[in-house]
Amino acid sequence: MKEKIIIAENLSKQFGHFKAVDNISFDVSKGEIFGFLGANGAGKTTAMRILCGLSYPSSGKARVAGFDVYHQQEQIKKNIGYMSQKFSLYEDLTVLENIRFFGGIYGLGKKELKNKSDELLQTLHLSGETSKLVRSLPLGWKQKLAFSVAIIHKPVIVFLDEPTGGVDPITRRQFWDMIYQASENGITVFVTTHYMDEASYCSRLSIMVDGQIRAIGSPAELMEQHHAENMDQVFFDLARTATRSAD
Amino acid sequence: MISLVNISKTFNRGALKALSGISLEAKSGELFGLIGPDGAGKTTLFRILTTLMLPDSGDALINGLDIKKDVTTIRSKLGYMPGRFSLYQDLTVDENLKFFATLFGTTVRENYAQIRDIYIQLEPFKNRRAGKLSGGMKQKLALCCALIHRPDILLLDEPTTGVDAISRKEFWEMLARLKADGITIMVSTPYMDEANLCDTIALIDQGRILSIDTPGNIVRNYPRPLYAFKAKNLYRLQQDLRLHENIHSCFAFGEYLHVSFRDESAVSLPVMAKWLEENGHQEIILKNQTPVIEDCFIDLLKH
Repeated sequence: MKEKIIIAENLSKQFGHFKAVDNISFDVSKGEIFGFLGANGAGKTTAMRILCGLSYPSSGKARVAGFDVYHQQEQIKKNIGYMSQKFSLYEDLTVLENIRFFGGIYGLGKKELKNKSDELLQTLHLSGETSKLVRSLPLGWKQKLAFSVAIIHKPVIVFLDEPTGGVDPITRRQFWDMIYQASENGITVFVTTHYMDEASYCSRLSIMVDGQIRAIGSPAELMEQHHAENMDQVFFDLARTATRSAD
Repeated sequence: MISLVNISKTFNRGALKALSGISLEAKSGELFGLIGPDGAGKTTLFRILTTLMLPDSGDALINGLDIKKDVTTIRSKLGYMPGRFSLYQDLTVDENLKFFATLFGTTVRENYAQIRDIYIQLEPFKNRRAGKLSGGMKQKLALCCALIHRPDILLLDEPTTGVDAISRKEFWEMLARLKADGITIMVSTPYMDEANLCDTIALIDQGRILSIDTPGNIVRNYPRPLYAFKAKNLYRLQQDLRLHENIHSCFAFGEYLHVSFRDESAVSLPVMAKWLEENGHQEIILKNQTPVIEDCFIDLLKH
């Protein structure tokens, strides 16, 4: 049996009378690309914040990278990577400054950081752009750089929150190549997206509706269960049963 | 009608070319889509059309009015929904509506028919502050505020970005109803699948138009036969195909890879199937594929 990187059991988060996350249970194995899907307001962000050690659950259990979400938030933060469409890099720092900053925060040594940044810049074909402000980079490059920075410390698991929103179709696919590579290197990937074609690229995925996980499995399993030809249909089938409004 | 001739705009003293020689025409009553990723220049184009910014060069007419000279008249004929939520967060739903109606010298009652279908869904929250609305409701309120003065032309900058697939579908259904009322609509989106819901689309990238036509014609003009490939391990299939000398393009599209060949005469699906089998692939499916807009966009980007 493969090592479990995320184990969530009956996890809930309540704000007043509102159950943002309602009793979810699932696990994610090492090296998996796990898609975390759901309509706006389904509870994805709340659940992700708990798993990243940024917020406490109201009840239930969860372990991330072997650490408990109640008592070991700091260890969780050290062992994960995180990137979102909205915030990932400092726009007014240069490419190299961003790499050094995040590498430093994650505790990489001087020599290690130097090797890592050289390697990273070469892979991304950014060696000629090291002193450019991140602000001036095209979005696609920014997102690829942000992903590389998010895994610079070789985290056990990386959380990607809508990493490809607004990115052009070629870069979007190159980004997924990078996700596959990270997964082959043993990094577990936890990703959210509104692009349903990307749902098919996940090894397994869950779909949240009204705070609950209503479906979980490989894309092929879910399509079979819902007699659907693509993930789009599966998603519509489930998400339209939602009774609470978005966000 | 919206007509642009050779519109260019640069920022940072010319260092950043936001728009380079954009020409297009959106006819009256048409639903016109600007399809392109972030950085394509969509927002800059909207800011020029809404008279919020002047182009460096080129001409733009809105219903025959010049965006450089007829600023106030144009503004009264336009409804604009910016990409970022721009209503007053600390005013209620009804207060926002009333405010925008008053700005344009009209009343909510006078133009209620125009917004009724959308407003009905907002009504339960009419006394809620705009900042406390959900994303979907904010979007509906912004659309109501953009429509309250009965504009001839509606400009929508990425109304569906970051919105889930279900809400996106609902939004496009609202647009179809507005179009039926005779409003000219120009809408931008980074989602290629939304292109098919437009009458005419301009595919744009980095300030340039790659192609303008109906979605149907753009797809018909895809320059070569296209195939869909599938196997048990899609990632390895893609890696192997990229090493094949006769592959022109190979991109993932959900469950399948869309594949085209350099030389059609030198290859056939049975030959490819055999080659893949020899390379250890299982559960191989190869078939013809009708291109979608995203295939066309990728092909145009590669040139």
